[in-house]
Amino acid sequence: MNAPAYNFAYLDEQTKRMIRRAILKAIAIPGYQVPFASREMPMPYGWGTGGVQVTAAILGPDDILKVIDQGSDDTTNAVSIRKFFVATAGVRTTTATVDATVIQTRHRIPETNLHERQILVFQVPIPEPLRFLEPRETETRRMHALEEYGLMHVKLYEDICRHGEIATSYAYPVMVDGRYVMDPSPTPKFDNPKMNDCRALQLFGAGREKRIYAIPPYTRVVSLDFEDHPFVPYRFNGTCALCGATDSYLDEVITDDRGSRMFVCSDTDHCETRRSSPVPPAGEENEVPRLDPEQTP
Amino acid sequence: MIDANDHPLLEAEALAKWYGRQLGCRGVSFVLYPGEVMAVVGESGSGKTTLLQLLSAQLAPSSGRVCYRMRDGVLRDLACLGEAQRRCLFRTDWGYVHQDPALGLRMAVSAGANVGERLMAMGCRHYGRIRSAAQDWLDRVEIACDRIDDAPTVYSGGMRQRLQIARNLVTKPRLVFMDEPTGGLDVSIQARLLDLIRRLVTQLRLAAVIVTHDLAVARLLSHRIMVMKDGAVVESGLTDQVLDDPREPYTQLLVSSILPA
Repeated sequence: MNAPAYNFAYLDEQTKRMIRRAILKAIAIPGYQVPFASREMPMPYGWGTGGVQVTAAILGPDDILKVIDQGSDDTTNAVSIRKFFVATAGVRTTTATVDATVIQTRHRIPETNLHERQILVFQVPIPEPLRFLEPRETETRRMHALEEYGLMHVKLYEDICRHGEIATSYAYPVMVDGRYVMDPSPTPKFDNPKMNDCRALQLFGAGREKRIYAIPPYTRVVSLDFEDHPFVPYRFNGTCALCGATDSYLDEVITDDRGSRMFVCSDTDHCETRRSSPVPPAGEENEVPRLDPEQTP
Repeated sequence: MIDANDHPLLEAEALAKWYGRQLGCRGVSFVLYPGEVMAVVGESGSGKTTLLQLLSAQLAPSSGRVCYRMRDGVLRDLACLGEAQRRCLFRTDWGYVHQDPALGLRMAVSAGANVGERLMAMGCRHYGRIRSAAQDWLDRVEIACDRIDDAPTVYSGGMRQRLQIARNLVTKPRLVFMDEPTGGLDVSIQARLLDLIRRLVTQLRLAAVIVTHDLAVARLLSHRIMVMKDGAVVESGLTDQVLDDPREPYTQLLVSSILPA
């Protein structure tokens, strides 16, 4: 009775084969959404069923897995997916970005530069960038096929005429390798430049929508914009209260019910590495920056 | 010197469309020149809309063909164009005004974006220029400048129809298809819209094919008229001539059924 209850990494080999084929096709056509026969996973849609299937298909016994949720290794989603793969595949896990070979992420790209032997797996809720403007799937597919992307700029135009600037701050559309417009999942647009010419392979899995797409290493990824309203990555104008970083993506944390708040790095591994490094980081620890409310939206 | 006017813009040859055993239209042939407005009239179910969809390459004909003189001056069979080319033609050199503006507009985005969409589709990537073009066109169709950021959902029916026209004309098309452009509007708004269409068509030297069941619209807008019945053309000629002196019994019936004003 010692037979394992599950096949390695939960999915059966035929399913993994099917997913790997979809992944290979996705890599061959950067940014193109490849349909695949998404399976039911033992977690609800919206919890990363697409990302989990991609990870399950590419995971080997020697891989070291890192799972992050909004940059953090210890939130519910990250912890449960990590546990899932420990239980079903027995792989080693880590929170250190540099050590990981497979990083499954819900939205953030780690601050630390990735390297060639890493794969970044994104969990994607809505893979179709044109969806909210064009509800018909047949029509959006045709638009992708014929490279008709004027509609994407209609969305950006709307942003500017309503807010005076391109207010889309996440799921900011990108053009991959000069051909396909892609939704980089709800990644903050701060991370968009990291996708460009990235050394790691980036895979995107959407479980409910049954789509896989990819950005191969060293691929040109351009954020769409207007000549007179160029793309600007967004971050809170603040300093991390824990490590003093001034260039990382920050989360706003409310600390009481009287309006006090602090900003901390969204990437917990990045923050911890900086705090434990021998050279003390610039900025004072535990200082809660008092910010002018007008500086933050 | 050859005048561009000497060359037809659109040629239809023995067009026919069958929906299975059901006839859409058959045996339709005509030639349309630049700047010429042709009305297609007839009762419901006479094949007017089918014909319009055949001409604008939204439907493939069962037999016959439609040729269009592209901007490079070459007359091409629409059936031989690729889908990308056809769609490009449809959003640059042509306009299509639907009877129901909700079909021709994006109701969820602002009027400015509706007008600017074709420009963005053609590769214009300068927000300021797109916006000023949109402003200019809203002005030309008599929509107040301060309504540019409103969605068409808060526009009246007449304004929506004018917005739809602006959206179609922003790329300076040479040929516009209109399917009952004044249907569903009340009489005073209809008169204003007809005035506007007539002015724009003359100013821009547009060629147009206008489908209508309203002979008054046809008389006001068109140079030539085609009367359809049961999928076939029963009479065609100069608008005034056909309406004042109808030859066919059906046309006579149609003309005599206009209520005296």
